[in-house]
This record gives sequence, structure tokens and C-alpha cells, in this order.
Amino acid sequence: MTEAGFLHAALRSRNLVLGLSLTLVFAAAALVSFLWTPYDVTQLDIPGKLQTPSASHWFGTDHFGRDILSMIMVGAQTSIAVAIVAVGIGMGVGVPLGLAAAVHRGSLMDEVIMRGNDLVFAFPSLLIAIMITAVFGPSALNAIIAIGIFNIPVFARLTRGAALSIWTRDFILSARVSGKGPARISIEHILPNVTNLLIVQGTIQFSLGILAEAALSYVGLGVQPPTPSWGRMLADSQTLISLAPHMALFPGFAILLTVLGLNLAGDGLRDILDPRIRRTGR
Amino acid sequence: MLRYAVKRLGSLAVSLIVASLVIFACIEVVPGDPASFMLGINAQPDTVEALRNELGLNKPLVERYFSWVGGLVTGDLGTSYTYRSPVSEIVSERLVISIPLALFALSLTVLIAFPVGVLAATRRGSFTDVTVMGATQLGVAIPNFWFALLMVLVFAINLRWFSAGGFPGWDAGFLVAMKALTLPAVALALPQASILARVMRSSLLDTLSEDYIRSARAKGLTTRQTLWRHALRNALIPVLTIIGLQFSFLLAGAIIIENVFFLPGLGRLVFQAISQRDLIVVESVVMLLVFAVIVVNFLVDLAYAWVDPRLRGRA
Repeated sequence: MTEAGFLHAALRSRNLVLGLSLTLVFAAAALVSFLWTPYDVTQLDIPGKLQTPSASHWFGTDHFGRDILSMIMVGAQTSIAVAIVAVGIGMGVGVPLGLAAAVHRGSLMDEVIMRGNDLVFAFPSLLIAIMITAVFGPSALNAIIAIGIFNIPVFARLTRGAALSIWTRDFILSARVSGKGPARISIEHILPNVTNLLIVQGTIQFSLGILAEAALSYVGLGVQPPTPSWGRMLADSQTLISLAPHMALFPGFAILLTVLGLNLAGDGLRDILDPRIRRTGR
Repeated sequence: MLRYAVKRLGSLAVSLIVASLVIFACIEVVPGDPASFMLGINAQPDTVEALRNELGLNKPLVERYFSWVGGLVTGDLGTSYTYRSPVSEIVSERLVISIPLALFALSLTVLIAFPVGVLAATRRGSFTDVTVMGATQLGVAIPNFWFALLMVLVFAINLRWFSAGGFPGWDAGFLVAMKALTLPAVALALPQASILARVMRSSLLDTLSEDYIRSARAKGLTTRQTLWRHALRNALIPVLTIIGLQFSFLLAGAIIIENVFFLPGLGRLVFQAISQRDLIVVESVVMLLVFAVIVVNFLVDLAYAWVDPRLRGRA
């Protein structure tokens, strides 16, 4: 697809436009928070605690009097950073594994890689996180590793499957005839042809990463206080939920809208980038 | 079919062995050794030594691994350091909450997803379809523990229909106990039902465009007959795999949801064990959960091959 054609299709896709807009809002909030937030999130203001939303505090304040809007902005940094690195780990390890497995289809290496993937699937990311935490203590890094490990088989499987079908194509044969080795063919010819799939899956895993990070920090296995994170904010809100429901509402909506935005963007991208789906119109 | 089952049984055994090695290794790499880790930095050297002896840490690595696995097989999961009672006892007390919760959530998932998915697929493009798809999009994006909090706010605090948490025990009566599990089960089921409904819909749409459906219609079957006799049965194959995968999400998700509702299940046990540094409990519970996931996926594979004979050759 040409660049102009892609742009045209992208603008016509309601899912993609809505999804990207939502995602950009939160990405912008995270970026702005590096330079400026309405209030300092480390500043406690006990007399001003549990204020309901008002003109001076749009989203109200929490049990320490911290501004919830500011915390959500800084929390977006945490969520996005954890999810990006986790997807990076998944792609960085999973894609080469998938490419390698496709080269030596049916070999012992293929078998080992695919069985290893099955095994990782048997450990839900939360269990991996629990084990890592039990041993090394809770931290953002451990949350990233746990979510990242879980992403590896997702990308390995996807890459292997797509690569296998590309290996049978004529242009691969001509590349082989011209003397290119399997590694070079994988990088020069296979990889560019699976990029679309990887982008779409990356968006989906990104949103799953945000959900997983929120869940881990909610149970105290992720980012540690005082660094704000959406999951932690929800955990703090739980005991005060009848007194200050606004503390639970805003961080929850932040997670919901970010994940929704990424999912819609992923759906929209798939509709445009995957020709198989485009043809059948589904 | 038998050959396929035996083959899969072999890879099941390999998975379980590798999983146990991984979990065992994780606990082994604890900074220092498990005994001093569990007792903390202020422990007396002789207390640590006593615990080392109690845990059998002075024995060689290989011997310890085999005695742990041997214990797992015979149902002896070791003794909890903090609870001072056999882990198998503690775990079985917790399982009577966690397993019913996961099954309750799984049944809700299927009960919601099937009709919704079929409805959306048979009325593709209609207002119903668009609404359902929009709702499932939300259901997938909502963090289930937040949804749980919102339900507590509405149904427990404002309407007072349910209690906000805790578990009365099965002795209090089946209905009372099930009532305590209702909000947690709904919270667990919602995202999974959304996923499953979407899978059901697209799988049914795929099947409905097959040639044999046209043939069935051409020989004079009504839409309803075609749906029940031909389409649904074939559309169920991918749905079945997803249900298998969802079981592991439900088990893991239950860990979080149990904490929202203060349910004394396996999930809360794991977190208590982590904060008390009770590695024996963490090790055994994680192994148990992984075992459950691997076995369920094995059973799903078998069911899959049974439903679709074409898959048997591809073991």
C-alpha cells in the first residue's frame, strides 16, 4: 500500500481515528508530566485531603491531599514505560526465535522453541510476577520482566506462523538462488513482510501490558510508592471507597480509556494492514 | 485417537517436569539461601541452621529436588514455616473457595458469551450486533479489579444487596456461600465473556460462509436448523481452545479478585506467603496452579482432537 493510500484508509477508519486519539491524549499527558503537572505529586497536603473534584482540583485529591489529575498524568508515564519495555522484550526475543524456528521447520530447534513457548503460556504472567517478587522483592523492573517474558511466546508464535507461509513464496526462492543464506533472507525478506502483523500484535500486547501493570501494582507487586501508578491509586482508593468514590473513578477511567484506545487502534490497523481481512471485508 | 492421546501425554509429562525444574530453580536462586531469606537479616545463626536442617537444605540439590517432586506426587507439599502446618492442608482449605469461584466464573463466561456471540453473528451488521460489539470492546478494556470495586460501590455499599467481601464458609449454607462468590465471579467473568463472545461471533460468521451451509440451506433446512445442526457445532472448535486458555486467566485473575473481596482463597494465601517470606508455600502453590493450567490445556487438546479428527494427525 502506498503512503498516501495508507493515510487515506487510516483517516476513514473510525476505530483507528478514535483509538489513536485516545492513545495520544494519554501519551501527551505522560510527556507533559515530565515538564509540568498542575500540582507536585510528592507534596502532601493533609488538611486538603479527600476533596471532591473542583475548579482547583479537577479530579479531586487523595487521602494525602495529593492532586489526582497530577498523579494520573505521572502514572501514565509508569504505565506506558512498563508496557513499552515489556513489548520490546517480547519482540526483541520472540521475533528472532520465531524467525529461527521458521528457517529450520520441524527441526529439534523448532521443536524446542515451540515447546518452550507452550511452557511459558502455562505460567500466567501474574504467576511469573509472583515468583519473581517472592524471590527478588517487588519493583517496577520485576513487573516489566514478568510481563515481558509472557510476551515472548506471543511474538515467537506469530512470527513463526507468518514466516512459514512466506518461506514458500517465489521471491524467497529467487533470493536463495542468488545465494543468500537463511539468516540474510530472514532479515531482508521475511522480516519486512511480517512487520504489519507485528505492529498490530504489538498494539494489542501494549494494551495487555497496561492492564497487567495496573493489576500488579494494585496488589503491590509493581511500582512502589511514592511513584504514582494507576493500579496503586486504585488500591489506595479501596478502603476509602464509600467516603471518596472519586479516588476510584478517575484512575480506573484512565486505564479503561488507554486500553480501549489501544485496542481500537489495533483493530483499525489490522483492518488496513492485513489484506486478507480487507478483502473479505470483515 | 489413542495414539494421539499417548503422544500428547508424553509432552504433558515433559512440560510438567520442565515447569517443576523452573520453579525449583527460582526458589534456589534466592539471595543467600532460603532459610536465611525466610528468617530475615536479624536471625540468629543457630536458628538459621535449625531451619536449614528442617527444610533439608543441607542435603544435595538433586536429592532435594527429587524429594520435593516426590512429595508433590504423593500429596505431601512440605510444611509451612509460618503456619506450622502441612502446606497440603492449608491449600485444600483454600481450594474449596478458589475452585468453586473459578468454575462459577467460567460458567458465567460461557452462559453470557454463547447467546451474545450467536445473536451478534446471526444479525450481523444490525443494531444489536453493533451494540454487542461495542459493549464487548468495553468489557475487554476494563480492568476486572476496578470493575469489582465499582460493583462493591454500587451493589454492596449503596444498594446493600451483597456484602463487600469476606466468605461465610460453606457451612453457612450453599446459597449464602454462593452469594458471597457472586460479585467476584461476575468481575472475573466479564472480560472473559467479552473475549469469548467476540470469538464465538467471528467463528460462527466464518462457518456460516462455508459451502456446506449453503448446501444445507439449499436442501431445504430452515435458518434455525442450519444453525443448530451444522454451523454451531463447527464454530465451537476455536471457541473450545479459547475456553481452555481462559481457565488459566481465570485462575490467575482469581488471585487478584480474591484480594479485592478479601476471600480466603489460594490467591490471598500466595500474597500472605510472599509478605511472610514463606517460600515453601509460594513454591508449592505456584506449582499447583501451573499443574492445573497444563492439565486443563491437555484436556482441551484431547477434546479438540475428539471433536475434529483432522487434528489427530498433527500431534
